[in-house]
Amino acid sequence: MTEERDQRIMQPKSPVGFVGYGAYIPRYRLPATEVARIWKGGASGTPIDEKAVAGLDEDVITMSIEASRNALARAQINPADIRAVWVGSESHPYSVKPTSTVVAEAIGATPHTLAADWEFACKAGTEAVQAAIGFTGSGMARYALAIGMDTAQGRPGDPLEYTAGAGGAAYILGPADESLAVVDGSYSYTTDTPDFWRRADEKYPSHGERFTGEPAYFHHITSSAQELMEALGTKPADYSFVVFHQPNTKFPQRVAKTLGFTSEQLETGLLVPRIGNVYAGSALVGLTAVLDVAKPGDRILLVSYGSGAGSDAMSMHVTERILESHELAPRTEDYINRRTEIDYATYARFRGKLSQ
Amino acid sequence: MMANKNKPKNDVFIIGVGMTPVGEHWDRSLRELALEAMTTAREETGAMRPEAVYVANMLAPALSRQSHLGALLADFSGMRGIEAVTIEAAGASGGMALRQAYLALASGMVNTALVVGVEKITERVTAEVEAALITSSDADYESIHGLTQTALAAMLMRRYEFEFNVPEYAFAGFSITAHANGAKNPKAMFRRPIKLETYQRAAILSDPINMFDAAPMADGAAAIFLARGDVLPSNPPFPPVRIDASATAVSAVAVHDRPNPLSFAAAEKAARIAFDRAKINQDQIDFFELHDRYSIFAALSLEAAGFAAPGEGWKLAESGAIALNGQIPICTFGGSKARGDTGGATGVYQAVEAALQLQGRASEIQVADARIGLIQSLGGIGSTATTHILSTVETL
Repeated sequence: MTEERDQRIMQPKSPVGFVGYGAYIPRYRLPATEVARIWKGGASGTPIDEKAVAGLDEDVITMSIEASRNALARAQINPADIRAVWVGSESHPYSVKPTSTVVAEAIGATPHTLAADWEFACKAGTEAVQAAIGFTGSGMARYALAIGMDTAQGRPGDPLEYTAGAGGAAYILGPADESLAVVDGSYSYTTDTPDFWRRADEKYPSHGERFTGEPAYFHHITSSAQELMEALGTKPADYSFVVFHQPNTKFPQRVAKTLGFTSEQLETGLLVPRIGNVYAGSALVGLTAVLDVAKPGDRILLVSYGSGAGSDAMSMHVTERILESHELAPRTEDYINRRTEIDYATYARFRGKLSQ
Repeated sequence: MMANKNKPKNDVFIIGVGMTPVGEHWDRSLRELALEAMTTAREETGAMRPEAVYVANMLAPALSRQSHLGALLADFSGMRGIEAVTIEAAGASGGMALRQAYLALASGMVNTALVVGVEKITERVTAEVEAALITSSDADYESIHGLTQTALAAMLMRRYEFEFNVPEYAFAGFSITAHANGAKNPKAMFRRPIKLETYQRAAILSDPINMFDAAPMADGAAAIFLARGDVLPSNPPFPPVRIDASATAVSAVAVHDRPNPLSFAAAEKAARIAFDRAKINQDQIDFFELHDRYSIFAALSLEAAGFAAPGEGWKLAESGAIALNGQIPICTFGGSKARGDTGGATGVYQAVEAALQLQGRASEIQVADARIGLIQSLGGIGSTATTHILSTVETL
């Protein structure tokens, strides 16, 4: 590894990893055929089968609390020892007033803690994880909680409405010797690429259609994944699992193939056909599905993507501790299987899409 | 074959060509695309400096918020001081710019000219592109009703199917042939052949037009360098291609104002004039670069240019007559369907492709023994048509 490349890769002074993890996916499902029925689309197929929809009494705060409690159950630590509660989302309920303070209070992490909300489109969650790696790896904190969670917005009738789903995951970062998966290193690739955005005070995002593909998603993900693997001296075959940001089914499948991963490595963490694109929670909830079945010694590559644009790539290896953690909280599949199908009208009511 | 055998100095020749790949050039601007094509065309002449630049473009004011391309591109290509202007005739802008350059050279007022067609579509999202494209229809009587170009073409296709009792999938051959040729054109946007089943399964855009009946709009630039016979360089690297005829005509802009909407009257007239001027007939044409923005346009263009009787253009697709080795090959580089439609630049792409055929430089898509080529570009729903006949030159 060249010295220059060495400096680009982020590795903490002290090794750290994931001490606990937890998923949360709301129970309601809107089939893509329902969106197609109302908007007369889908003639050439739908981008997913169905998406998860948050209920009337759910938002990013309540969902983050659910996921955090699952992470705490697996970490088996005292929540008062958490020194940072960071929530990445595109759907923070308030513009001013943190999501993270409510979450921190609810799980018992207050008052001796930092709390902040993160925003970087769909990679706000992995960005919070990277910051938590630095925070714990520097010795400033023993534990830090990083969350990626969304109740994603899609304008009625826009292609995004098929996929914009709800869900996410919470991770507690801490010392490597307490971790169920230890971080090998991470890397971030960032440019000014305006492919998708939502201006302040706008309810729904805008996007550059096909510009969101090649110059945005594909360029950034391949760049970050390749740079990290080259720096770490790993190759696709070294990984048991790979998880990408998943805005639809095709994009992660195509980028996996481009990078040299097999569909077997991809499929465990590919949840988008069944829950939709959960934005800041997308790659992170794919990772919980992988950790749910991972065995000691497995190596995992996680690559997020956030519009605007950037990609975080993270490599980790699973430890013995994973085995005892599996049954301590509901698995991702449990949430996916807890399913109540709704029609478009109910969805419109749940998501506040009716306005006169 | 040489119409002006005794006065070759007044003839107009293509002596250099250039084109960028057609596609989504996300990271390249309008002027960068144009410069690449202009530079290549000039390099083929040994870096001659033209006296005038004719720019073909229809969408830059709407999509790039940029007009005044004549001055912009002359400046950007390092040719301040020369004559330069933009020509706009909707989708026929490219053919019309070639026509204006031809007039200037044939008159003797200008000795050399560079025609460059450029279009940058990917600056904007689909809705804005549709809104820009529809400005080439009649704003007061067509666009105001929300009629897009595709909707207008769909009504023509539906009527054609009804009037002529055309079987289902009759237009498939146009798309299949275009993609078969595009697959072998390194500059084409789509480089994969398609099967009949692919066409049959395609989603409907505007019934009965499906995704494979409609050409994609894409970015690209093409350029041709023109010179009068009396200033031709000695020992040119590529054989000059002569323009034997240039003609243009218009019909009603609004489709409902036409006595017979199923006849492209402008194309018919421009073709007739061109054949008369070149003193040749349809049998002598070795290939025809027509403007297939929609598959129905290909059928109507073949009929307008006299290659098929009204209502029978689709039969040339079904019989294979339009294939590279057929009786009248069309869209030899993929046409708008597979090469990609670059709006106002399309006519210049057609001229470049025709020149390459006539110079024997078309590689895998070469039409055998190509000596005379016909090119035709259409603006709007065939409201403007330009027709040119190009030929190889035996001796100068």
